[in-house]
Amino acid sequence: MAKKSIGPVRREFTPWETPDHPPFIEFRNVTKMFGDFTAVDNLSLKIYEREFFALLGGSGCGKTTLMRMLAGFEAPTAGQIFLDGQDLAGIPAFRRPSNMMFQSYALFPHMSVEKNIAFGLKQDKLDAAEIRDRVAEMLRLTKLEQFAKRKPHQLSGGQRQRVALARSLAKRPKVLLLDEPLGALDRKLREETQFELMNIQEELKTTFLIVTHDQEEAMTVADRIAVMDKGKLVQVATPAEIYEAPNSRFVADFIGDVNLIEAKVSRKSGEGTLLESVCEGFAIETNQETDAGIGDRVWYAIRPEKVRIAHGRRDQDAANQIDGLVWDIAYLGDVSIIHSKVGESEKDTILRATFANVSRMVDNPITWDDEVVLSFDRDAGVILRG
Amino acid sequence: MTRGPSWFNVTSLVVGFSFLYLPIVLLVIYSFNKSRLVTVWGGFSVEWYVSLLHNEQLLDAAWVTLRVAFVSASVATVLGTAAALVLVRSGRFFGRSLFSGMIFAPLVMPEVILGLSLLLLFVAMDQSRGFWTVILAHTTFAMCYVAVVVQSRLVGFDKSIEEAAEDLGCPPVKTFFLITLPIILPGVVAGWMLAFTLSLDDLVVASFTTGPGATTLPMKIYSQVRLGVTPEINAVCTILVVLVTIGVIAASLATRRQQVQKERDERTAFGAEG
Repeated sequence: MAKKSIGPVRREFTPWETPDHPPFIEFRNVTKMFGDFTAVDNLSLKIYEREFFALLGGSGCGKTTLMRMLAGFEAPTAGQIFLDGQDLAGIPAFRRPSNMMFQSYALFPHMSVEKNIAFGLKQDKLDAAEIRDRVAEMLRLTKLEQFAKRKPHQLSGGQRQRVALARSLAKRPKVLLLDEPLGALDRKLREETQFELMNIQEELKTTFLIVTHDQEEAMTVADRIAVMDKGKLVQVATPAEIYEAPNSRFVADFIGDVNLIEAKVSRKSGEGTLLESVCEGFAIETNQETDAGIGDRVWYAIRPEKVRIAHGRRDQDAANQIDGLVWDIAYLGDVSIIHSKVGESEKDTILRATFANVSRMVDNPITWDDEVVLSFDRDAGVILRG
Repeated sequence: MTRGPSWFNVTSLVVGFSFLYLPIVLLVIYSFNKSRLVTVWGGFSVEWYVSLLHNEQLLDAAWVTLRVAFVSASVATVLGTAAALVLVRSGRFFGRSLFSGMIFAPLVMPEVILGLSLLLLFVAMDQSRGFWTVILAHTTFAMCYVAVVVQSRLVGFDKSIEEAAEDLGCPPVKTFFLITLPIILPGVVAGWMLAFTLSLDDLVVASFTTGPGATTLPMKIYSQVRLGVTPEINAVCTILVVLVTIGVIAASLATRRQQVQKERDERTAFGAEG
């Protein structure tokens, strides 16, 4: 049998799997308090050179504060931050080798695009020819050549976003910090720009640190994602691991759509690491190991697209087969999300299944109040304890 | 719905503007009066403007007033801008609301009280009163107005623009002069003009704080009027009105042109996109 791995492998770049690999950015037990409010809580994190790293979380989770501490706009209450082996404590923002792209773009309204991009280079007192070359290079990289003489208010949102990117890259920073960089763009432009960002990062080989609340954005661009909640890291892993092997209900629920089924461990066995969970009158067979004891309460998390749905016809290969009644259907065009009632208890348990609409015409379409069979494999979901 | 102005609107307009401008119009008309008697029309003449040019006292007073207004407006602009920056930027510090209340208090404080308290201060300091005490006095109340005007400009200011400059390697003080000041400049200029005008026409505070040799134009006019209004005074006032009007029109035209230019630029940008 071929080796199974989680999700697609993007490229041969996994420094975090080498134990001794020196980190490029390191947060060591960093805490930040604003009055009584703990924005960042004793957090440690290592980010590697050339990595595209995403900090993901809801508003107020501390992700922006973490980035602003790296940029030098906030000082940590406790702990240390290292960049390329250097302790950043006491170094003001204007001497740090990182540059930031702001959520509001923060372009200088009284300067032309060229002057905006050249601003940082002028602070370094580079000679005029060098500045001209670098500005030209940045304009080419961000496809802004024809707008060089314009002022920011003469540009559209997407163009402003590219000016902000060009300006923050012009000084060739050791780290580029991106604070919700695409938040103000419409969906189509945002998707395009995500790929553009990835290409630019590949070309320049700069370490990128992006802060976002948009999980799709983080999954698209990042090599690794740190999911944050209440000032703490919940999980740090590749996008595929975060999606397919979340370590908690919070992560499972935050990233994508998930069915969370409350269950009890009823049997654990060594052979093939089989265990069974019981909930609402149906059993779930998984090949997962858990350190929960018999009778302990756990959650079984399974993504809707891992659940197959069919009329009556039993899927012989699937280990788990549950009878259900179609309760609601959301037709989204490419897929339909079908909510089915399962189990025998008084309390309705809804199991969501994604049904890919691969054919335009269907003989016997699933519809409301149909009796269906929901099936999934033993390795389809994960057992979560908290 | 009626189109065009209704009789009510027209009446309100006429009554309101007459109320505001009739006295000024009368003053302007009578400044061209040939008669020496202010209230009797004796035919058109510019002789009072000519005699004004030979009135050393009035010219002296005008020159003092201009210098006082220029210096006090400039000092008030620096102090008022600094005050506005602190009040908008420094977030919450102990006594912030007390400070912001205190900076606006002179706006509503009766001028007599302000003048009297300044006089007491200068006397207590054993300071001989004259040109510089008037400048100090005018600076104190003008800076409040500057602070108000600049503050309104700063409230809409995206602080991340300054952070961006620092992030790109620009130290804080340099950032203020390269980034912040150019952006808030319209507010600062407006504040300066307001301070200049306020100083120009102040009578009460100047009367309290001035000394020999530093008589301002409003004081001069007032003291002469008490002896009877001469057509020369009308001429001086007309010149002041004309100067102020030109200033106001120029300022509003400049603002308007900037606005139109900006809108046109934005239209072209989005037109090119679509």
